[in-house]
Amino acid sequence: MVKDVIIVDNVTIEYYGKKSRVLAVKDVWFTVKNREFVSIVGPSGCGKSTILRAISGLILPTKGKIYVHGKLVEGPQPGIGMAFQNPNLLPWRTALKNVLLPIEILGGNVKEYERRALELFELVGLKGFENRYPWELSGGMQQRVSLIRALIHNPEILLLDEPFGALDALTREELNLVLQKLWMAEKKTVLFVTHDISEAVFLADRVIVFKARPGKVIHEEHIDLPRPRTLDMKTSEEFLRYIKSIRKHLGLSYKV
Amino acid sequence: MSRTRKITREERIKALISGYLMPIATLTMIIGLWEAICRIFEIPVWLLPPPSAIMARLVEFWPLLLCHTYVTFYESILGFFVAVILAIPISIAIAYSRMLQNTIYPILLVFQTVPKVAIAPVIVLWFGLGLESKIVIAFLVSFFVIVVNLTTGFLTVPPELIDIVKLLNAKKTQIFLKIRLPYAMPFFFSGVKSAITLSIVGAVIGEFVASSEGLGYIILAAAPQLDTDIAFAAILMLSAIGLALFATIHVLERAIVPWAFRETR
Repeated sequence: MVKDVIIVDNVTIEYYGKKSRVLAVKDVWFTVKNREFVSIVGPSGCGKSTILRAISGLILPTKGKIYVHGKLVEGPQPGIGMAFQNPNLLPWRTALKNVLLPIEILGGNVKEYERRALELFELVGLKGFENRYPWELSGGMQQRVSLIRALIHNPEILLLDEPFGALDALTREELNLVLQKLWMAEKKTVLFVTHDISEAVFLADRVIVFKARPGKVIHEEHIDLPRPRTLDMKTSEEFLRYIKSIRKHLGLSYKV
Repeated sequence: MSRTRKITREERIKALISGYLMPIATLTMIIGLWEAICRIFEIPVWLLPPPSAIMARLVEFWPLLLCHTYVTFYESILGFFVAVILAIPISIAIAYSRMLQNTIYPILLVFQTVPKVAIAPVIVLWFGLGLESKIVIAFLVSFFVIVVNLTTGFLTVPPELIDIVKLLNAKKTQIFLKIRLPYAMPFFFSGVKSAITLSIVGAVIGEFVASSEGLGYIILAAAPQLDTDIAFAAILMLSAIGLALFATIHVLERAIVPWAFRETR
């Protein structure tokens, strides 16, 4: 059964800036199906991160409603895992202890989840780094730890807010592959925010395009590339056609 | 993939030399130079006693000095402990109350800049000539620096770190125990390190104002009688307490928040 796991229903979000009210997103409407991988792309300031925070329950919409699993979002819920551009690892905890933090918060059996944690470390290529401290890991490695921390408690939905935005291009491609592998192994519904069109197309079943000021959905692109996707595909004609189409909607023509 | 490697023996010896041997050698040289200058220029002992004379006095008056060292130690450590015990709950209260942040916290910041030494005579007037007034002064000088540092630690936790657990509907106590408290620990230790040395200063100031025992009393009594070597012996004992207390805190800090030393590893 295909059903909408996330429903964003005419959501408007305003927040108080230093001087005035800022309209982050206006009348945004979209849905995400079960186990679908959806990317949101848009220029900076288009409110794509704001929408993600609203779905997570960290903030509430000014107008409109958000439903997750058919339930109105009124605050954070453990059925959602989230990772950010900054890995936000706690420096006083080892990588493994960082990953197990959600279990401690949710009151689960930490010993039991340790096995799952170790499996996830292996899946993302971090076997042997479990007892390192965050500052002993490279940026890409920290981001992998942050990803598996978001997944440890087995949430059905994964919200990723530009998780690879601060990484260099090569590390980013590597982590795109890691994320695809995680997604295919774990079967989650993923909402992935990025400003990198190529990354968005590479990972997603569907790309939602936002415009800025105020943030609004202007286009949706279904990506029908076979899985698992490989880096070779990035230079295929089909791939480039998707990129062109999205660029056109974003109005990126770069006339110099 | 590994970025760390085993430290070689040579590197360890090098670190040992630059970390310990060099400062010790420098200190030895300074003491030697001091001794030499005193002897060559025949400086009178009451003006600047040579290290050898200070050592002789230290041995001669050892039981007496030890007795007074204990008094000063007792005053400062008690003042310090009361400061720590009161500072922790007050900092937590300020961190969790917007109202206290707007009322008490600014006042504490202002008080921190008041030279507590200046009010020492008043404290003696209020708390008498005994040990109590010295403990109060030691408490006052250490209290503010701990509260201000610890509160800063609680208040400067990056909101992104708190979001990580808020996402999971964490309770307030969980946010405190898992995020705020560990995050603030290095701030606490930096406050405590300043406080421990300041508390000795506080106790000595109190003894300078009025006292009949303690190392401050010894210095005050010895100097006018030109027993400068005894005064120096007392100063040496003061430095020894300071060093011992500071080292204790430093060891505790290394054990409790080793992650805060990541740059110096």
